[in-house]
Amino acid sequence: MLKRAKALFLSLLSLVVSLPALGSAVVETSTRQLNMPQGVTEVSQAAYDIHMIMVWVCTVIGVGVFGFMFYVMYAHRKSRGAVAENFHENLVVELLWTIVPTIILIVMAFPATTALLKVYDTDNPDIEIKVTGYQWKWQYEYLGEGVKFMSELRTSDDEVYGREPKGEHYLREVTEPLVLPAGKKIRFLVTGNDVIHSWWVPDFGVKRDAVPGLFTAGWAKTDKPGTYVGECTELCGQGHAFMPVVVEVKEQAEYDAWLANKKAEAVEYASTIGKEWTAEELMTKGEGVYLQSCAGCHQADGNGIPGVFPAIKGSPIALGPQIGHIAVLIDGVPGSAMQSFADQLSEVNIAAVIHYQRNAWGNDVGDVTQPIDVLNYKQSK
Amino acid sequence: MAHGPATLADGWRAYISRWVFTTNHKDIGTLYLWFSFAMFLMGGAFAMVIRAELFQPGMQLIRPEFFNQMTTMHGLVMVFGAIMPAFVGLANWMIPLMIGAPDMALPRMNNLSFWILPFAFAILTSTLFMEGGGPNFGWTFYAPLSTTYAPESVNFFIFAIHIMGASSIMGSINIIATVMNMRAPGMTYMKMPLFVWTWVITAFLLVAVMPVLAGAVTMMLMDINFGTSFFDAAGGGDPVLFQHVFWFFGHPEVYIIILPAFGVVSQIIPTFSRKPLFGYSSMVYATAAIAFLSFVVWAHHMFTVGMPIAGELYFMYATMLIAVPTGVKVFNWITTMYKGSLTFETPMLFSIAFVILFTFGGFTGLMLSIAAADMQYHDTYFVVAHFHYVMVAGAVFSGTAAIYYWLPKWCGKMYNETMGQVQFWVAFIGFNIAFMPQHFLGLAGMPRRYADYGLQFADWNMVSSIGAFIYGGAQIMLLYNVIATIRNGKPTTEEKTWEGAEGLEWTVPSPAPYHTFEKPPEFK
Ligand code: HEM
Ligand SMILES: [Cu+2]
Repeated sequence: MLKRAKALFLSLLSLVVSLPALGSAVVETSTRQLNMPQGVTEVSQAAYDIHMIMVWVCTVIGVGVFGFMFYVMYAHRKSRGAVAENFHENLVVELLWTIVPTIILIVMAFPATTALLKVYDTDNPDIEIKVTGYQWKWQYEYLGEGVKFMSELRTSDDEVYGREPKGEHYLREVTEPLVLPAGKKIRFLVTGNDVIHSWWVPDFGVKRDAVPGLFTAGWAKTDKPGTYVGECTELCGQGHAFMPVVVEVKEQAEYDAWLANKKAEAVEYASTIGKEWTAEELMTKGEGVYLQSCAGCHQADGNGIPGVFPAIKGSPIALGPQIGHIAVLIDGVPGSAMQSFADQLSEVNIAAVIHYQRNAWGNDVGDVTQPIDVLNYKQSK
Repeated sequence: MAHGPATLADGWRAYISRWVFTTNHKDIGTLYLWFSFAMFLMGGAFAMVIRAELFQPGMQLIRPEFFNQMTTMHGLVMVFGAIMPAFVGLANWMIPLMIGAPDMALPRMNNLSFWILPFAFAILTSTLFMEGGGPNFGWTFYAPLSTTYAPESVNFFIFAIHIMGASSIMGSINIIATVMNMRAPGMTYMKMPLFVWTWVITAFLLVAVMPVLAGAVTMMLMDINFGTSFFDAAGGGDPVLFQHVFWFFGHPEVYIIILPAFGVVSQIIPTFSRKPLFGYSSMVYATAAIAFLSFVVWAHHMFTVGMPIAGELYFMYATMLIAVPTGVKVFNWITTMYKGSLTFETPMLFSIAFVILFTFGGFTGLMLSIAAADMQYHDTYFVVAHFHYVMVAGAVFSGTAAIYYWLPKWCGKMYNETMGQVQFWVAFIGFNIAFMPQHFLGLAGMPRRYADYGLQFADWNMVSSIGAFIYGGAQIMLLYNVIATIRNGKPTTEEKTWEGAEGLEWTVPSPAPYHTFEKPPEFK
């Protein structure tokens, strides 16, 4: 507590000290950051520049208006013997303070327009990435490369609920960051799978809503390798604060190696689909998947939340025919919060989690669900 | 029949009947004011829960799911339960007194429009205790989070919104009818007090946009229960359509909240400057201009949904334009003070703070209107700071000013000036400690509606929470001041409580008798 108070005092002090430096580049997000980051792309720089223009215009007007007001409050107070005059109109003054602000606004419209044109300059990208918002994680797909993966929060619940000390990267760490090459123009095509999310990387100046059924485009190009952290900025349910965006910008060669590796992984993965899995293997894998992807709603003990999320334990679907269970995961349940997991989870993971649900917490159907069954169902549609 | 209102001395039954069946504009105004204050305290309690949870990083007190219910209920209760009914209460009390009318034009409807409100809020609040919890999708309730993914209680939420809408529409029709038909002889439109003007314009806004809100929630109801897909992309609908409809209501709504506040301040500043309002007619025109513009700027709340650039540019330019009439108002208030004879009683303090802080919120509004910069501000704490500067330091401060200003007229007792000024300073300082740091948080990258945040935001969040608790305390002081005034305040019978006050409301005795202006007054 005392330490906090001291840190607080220091940051207040630094506020005063750093005011003149407000405009200087602070790429790294720190406690002391008070202003918008300049970021590392043309777009973020444009947003920053127009932001600073507005800050100064408002400051100048504000100092003028409030200065005059404080003067009036001092000079024309009754206690100093001020006697009220009786005027209540002056056409010239009134016209002036209508016309002058209008002119200021018209002048400001020019840089504002230029900046916006930059935001919308999404043509001719070198690389295209589809960003899909899920409750509560992001999926990145490198279009035309056959590479796609999920990126979700890595901070543990124990840290969130104070059972463990919070790490340095608390809520700013993900299982797998988005990796981009430096010096290339990247176009992001942002969409949503369930509800609306919004994909924001402040240092890129990119904030695009992830709306189901719609693509919104943004772009970035930077020469500065590094790690950039962003957030989901559209309320999307209970996990809204827990789906950060982490982007790693690498030099071209490093990026190429990373991409080649990702592609190889994808090929290798394809071969595991045909393999026959044992019940034990599926059970272990399934438990992990369940806790990661299902327990948020259906709860770790399979009991769900009465009236909101149904129980899996003893559910007619988990105890019924296998094909029906697969259908729920692949198709989702329209009109409910149960989304389709077809694109989010691999066939292996879907098979494993189905096996787990049918054989955990006293559900003992006893059958085994293989990845190939899931694939067959998908292909039969 | 000459009879006074039933008091407690006539027995409980008579007393309760008086309030339930009353058609008297003063009684109904009083009901509105007390009801809105109760809602203000409830919404404030929700805010305290939010700020307590955000005091430190990590989840300490509540779960994220409940946090979302708190932010949603806080917004809904403050906008629809506290601010709007408070100004309707002021309108009920003051408009007849200001225009020299004996009562509102439609007194029975007046009773109805008040008495359905408590039911609406009882329904809304009860959802917190339902299985699955209350509304958790934000006060802007974007689909499909509020439809496909909503808790079941959403149907009650929709019903409550319908009732509130009906109440607002009835209240507005009443105000329009009263002002158009019942002005004292000689009071032409351009002689009406500014509070009356701003309320008439507000009433027209309400009549225009409340049905749009009703349409939006009805479409939600259909999507949820009858299988339509207005807002469901999977069925050929469009979630963005929801946002267009909502903000077509929502932007005028923010002016519905602020215009009556402009009116209050335009009454108070001349009084304590002992000088007539500067630029009366330009005030009226500026209000009308703001009201008109408020219909054509709605999509500035949607700069990040991926509108075509032509749309973005249009909404940006139109929004920037609002700064002009808003500026005119601010300049007029300050020039009213210029060469006046100023004193700084509590209502004046709140009004001056209004002008300063509202203008500050106007500046951030102007910044937000710049679409390219809004890509960075949108849905961060910067926006939260902006709208609390305009709505709290705007609407709530001016409402507080109104209470101190007219309280002697309402109850014939004078509040304690020292206590009033102390309350002002606690509120002013608490408010700024709570909301100024939120600008920094937003610029540094903290999104709004976050139940938890990274360590880099810890310090300012703690400052903000402390400020919020102080500001919350100031409201308890306000309640204390009002009750202490009513019970033990120094009696005053002067018609004109304030030396510099002008207007018909200051020609009737204090406290204002139950029936006033049964014969139309002379108005020169
Ligand atoms: C000069 C006048 C104003 C301008 C130019 C302005 C502009 C804006 C803009 C562009 C936004 C959208 C920000 C975003 O979401 O990214 C916004 C949000 C908002 N403004 Fe203003 N504003 C002004 C005055 C007001 C007033 C007078 C009020 C109410 C009393 C108000 C209440 C709000 C509210 C409630 C929001 C946030 C709504 C939400 O998303 O929950 N504004 N304003
Ligand atoms: Cu708006």
